[in-house]
Amino acid sequence: MRDVSFGQYYPTGSVIHRLDPRAKIIFMLIYMVIIFFVASYCGYALVALFLFTVTAVAKIPIKTLFKSVKAILVLMIFTAVINIFFYHEGKVLVDWWIIEITLGGIDFAIKMALRISLLVMGTSLLSFTTTPVELTDAIESLLHPLTYIKVPVHDIALIMSIALRFIPGLMDETDKIMMAQKARGAEIDTGGLVKKIKAMLPVLIPLFVSAIRRADELADALDARCYNASKHRTKMKVLKFGVKDAVATLIVLVFATLILLDKYLLGGLDGYIVEFVKGLAG
Amino acid sequence: MRIEVKDLAFTYSPGTPFAKRALDGIDLSIEEGDFVGILGHTGSGKSTFILHLNGLIKLQSGSIDVFDIKLVPDKKNKQDLRKLRGTVGMVFQYPEYQLFEDTVEKDVAFGPKNLGLSQEKVDRRVERAIRLVGLDFEDIRGRAPFELSGGQKRRVAIAGIIAMQPRVLVLDEPTAGLDPYGKEQILELITRLKKECSPTVIVISHDVDEITRFASRIVVFNDGKVAFDLPMNELFRRSEELAAMGLEIPRAVRIADKLRARGIDLGDVVNADDLVRAIVRKFDKNNMDETDIAKLSAAQFDFGSDEAFGGAGGEA
Ligand SMILES: Nc1ncnc2c1ncn2[C@@H]1O[C@H](COP(=O)(O)OP(=O)(O)OP(=O)(O)O)[C@@H](O)[C@H]1O
Ligand SMILES: [Mg+2]
Repeated sequence: MRDVSFGQYYPTGSVIHRLDPRAKIIFMLIYMVIIFFVASYCGYALVALFLFTVTAVAKIPIKTLFKSVKAILVLMIFTAVINIFFYHEGKVLVDWWIIEITLGGIDFAIKMALRISLLVMGTSLLSFTTTPVELTDAIESLLHPLTYIKVPVHDIALIMSIALRFIPGLMDETDKIMMAQKARGAEIDTGGLVKKIKAMLPVLIPLFVSAIRRADELADALDARCYNASKHRTKMKVLKFGVKDAVATLIVLVFATLILLDKYLLGGLDGYIVEFVKGLAG
Repeated sequence: MRIEVKDLAFTYSPGTPFAKRALDGIDLSIEEGDFVGILGHTGSGKSTFILHLNGLIKLQSGSIDVFDIKLVPDKKNKQDLRKLRGTVGMVFQYPEYQLFEDTVEKDVAFGPKNLGLSQEKVDRRVERAIRLVGLDFEDIRGRAPFELSGGQKRRVAIAGIIAMQPRVLVLDEPTAGLDPYGKEQILELITRLKKECSPTVIVISHDVDEITRFASRIVVFNDGKVAFDLPMNELFRRSEELAAMGLEIPRAVRIADKLRARGIDLGDVVNADDLVRAIVRKFDKNNMDETDIAKLSAAQFDFGSDEAFGGAGGEA
């Protein structure tokens, strides 16, 4: 279990989990690009609706999704504050000393924060629903055309998957060594910086020794089986683009089109709504 | 003085899809001076349990009392933890992987130093510990741990714990990955350590034959619970239940069972010593005394290898 639990994979076996990982990576790219084309709050609402629907279909608790934003909350607040202070357009709301806050600034800051959080939640959703191994397989497959210009895609993929394979093992090892040294009275997380670094040595040295040993053993094992990352290798799990992937593609394309329509045809739906409300009021 | 564990439960990664209940309502009390063997198939929670004894994982529910150092959930007391680590010495599986200093002497000194002892005291303890594990102190003190053999490394690692002079010694699979000779030596070492250093010993083992050799009490873990907790000589009357839990039955017991099936009843037999004794009692016409019997059992019944099993079965 721990082999896949590294990273953020959240297994529920939903249809989203079972989609072709290549398709998911491409959807991800489309999603990332399209977020920068969103022109109105209605657009953001649509992106959020899309994201939350996918999350629900993937059976991932919305709380888990929000947790991924928590990690970058500081960054978000920082950019928002910067934007409020340095973006000077539109109606001035506050003008005091060197500080000038405008309606445009606030508007821009909110949109930026929305953009960042939707971006982060989207990428997290990919890692919640796709194992690292699937991701490397998909990347290898997507990069395949590059072999024609002599890029060693197979080697790169092998390196990636070995690295991924090693991370959980090393994390386990770190845990164990830390416990062993704590049992010998080591105080690993107290004191100042120098003391902390010194205290890490009893953990780092055995960890490096074990990492090198593991790498050596793996290299020997690969050699002993005459492994080489040639392109003639076959896969145990062949990636397949099926009906559900086609349906998903269609949905993503409709979503992208709606966002683009909002920007280029309507120039942002918000304006119309504001006009409409004004019309009602006046 | 005793170790008292009450209603201990533990779940790895709680609240995620990977949640795994490793311990489920453990009640156990271990008296000072006990020699406890912990048995159980892989994943039954043995390691998780002993980590608790040293405060190495945060208590989730239940309570632990080690020689009047009390641990309860949601309370972290640095002082207590430090005292606990001086009281319970923990030898992990493959302890040689924790060596890190450039000389054996320095590595063994790491533990006692962390206890805040004076240099003089540390030196004394280091020397004593290295001698106690059966290594040549003068020869080995200046050598790098990484250039030693596997068995030597393991001894050095054990010395590193012994040097802290814990009152309770806990060992997790101390013989894993050693050859039969190395195993034998470590087992002897454990018996010696119990006598000369830490009066209370808890050993985890997969190998039933190993555990029956020294432990006076056996605790069997099954699926995060204590399935049995009995003096050793009673446990193996329950060989069927053991087998149902996927555990091996000691060779001596199997031999005695087979003999019983053929009409030769040797009474209660748990390990090689018992078996030899019972056989001699039954068939001896020369009236051997205790020392003769001890010699016999040491010489002929090396239960470390499968040949010995075949040989012993044949002879009997
Ligand atoms: N760090 C961890 N994270 C998640 N689950 C774990 C972790 N360590 C152990 N487990 C799980 O907890 C359960 C008990 O593990 P534990 O290591 O205590 O078993 P054990 O009896 O020592 O087994 P073994 O004889 O193989 O050493 C197992 O199912 C294991 O998969
Ligand atoms: Mg274990």
